[in-house]
Amino acid sequence: MSSLGPHAGFILAAYGAVAVILGGLIAAILLDHRAQKRALDALEQRGIGRRSGSTS
Amino acid sequence: MASLTELANPTRFMRYSAVLLPWFAGAALVLLALGFYLAWFVAPADYQQGETIRIMFVHVPAAWLALMFYTMMAVSALGTLVWRHPLADVAQKAAAPIGAAFSLICLITGAFWGKPMWGTYWVWDARLTSVLVLFLIYLGIIALWRTLDEPSRAGRAVAILTLVGFVNVPIIKFSVDWWNTLHQPASVFRMGGPTIDASMLQPLLILAVGFTLLALALHLVAMRAEIMRRRVRTLTIFEAERLDRLAAQGAAA
Repeated sequence: MSSLGPHAGFILAAYGAVAVILGGLIAAILLDHRAQKRALDALEQRGIGRRSGSTS
Repeated sequence: MASLTELANPTRFMRYSAVLLPWFAGAALVLLALGFYLAWFVAPADYQQGETIRIMFVHVPAAWLALMFYTMMAVSALGTLVWRHPLADVAQKAAAPIGAAFSLICLITGAFWGKPMWGTYWVWDARLTSVLVLFLIYLGIIALWRTLDEPSRAGRAVAILTLVGFVNVPIIKFSVDWWNTLHQPASVFRMGGPTIDASMLQPLLILAVGFTLLALALHLVAMRAEIMRRRVRTLTIFEAERLDRLAAQGAAA
């Protein structure tokens, strides 16, 4: 902390903001991906996802 | 171009992106770890700005990414309006929150850098104001996506807004040359080469590539989620229509 000089608070606050914003973005994207995957899997388990005539 | 069209098929995109994702994420982690090590423990303090130069290592890549993601969205908007690529508006929608996050990081880290160096968190100069406008455009685009339910209609409306807002990108880049600003002029991408010392330029560029790979990995995940969301929506509508038909047949019998 002392090695960061007299403006340590500003430097740490900037990096803290980066951690919070990026952490929030990563969590939001991963949670959304998981929610959509679960919803799609649930539909397909009920046989709704299979298109007639589709081989894939 | 043929391979691009091939990739624009959502099924193929899901397959290729699943392969690419771990490589992007892994490379991002390695480069960010190396970049932060160099930025914090090897790069010297600046002769004028002292230790606050450490803020540059997150502020500058965030600014570049905020502009890069908006440019990517403008290209996707052309893809939506002109070529009607199936993935263009998926790419555009997935990019908006990522671009917004990096422009917010740019604004906040800039404020924490500005206070000790300029004596103020904020000043209404051309560079700062145009980046704030970029952040507000990102928020407007995210809001417009949420306003219209039908994805292809929303995609076209957002594409028009995105292209109109693109006028702000060259304004941000050249604001420091066109107007007298408190913000310093370009010191990396400029005629005559960078003016930053190699000991600071090297970690800056490594972190820029690391953050870019992280942002691209997040973009791939967000695009995959959006493709699944649209499939869930389509299947739910098909299922509701099928149940409606069954109910109507039951009532007739």
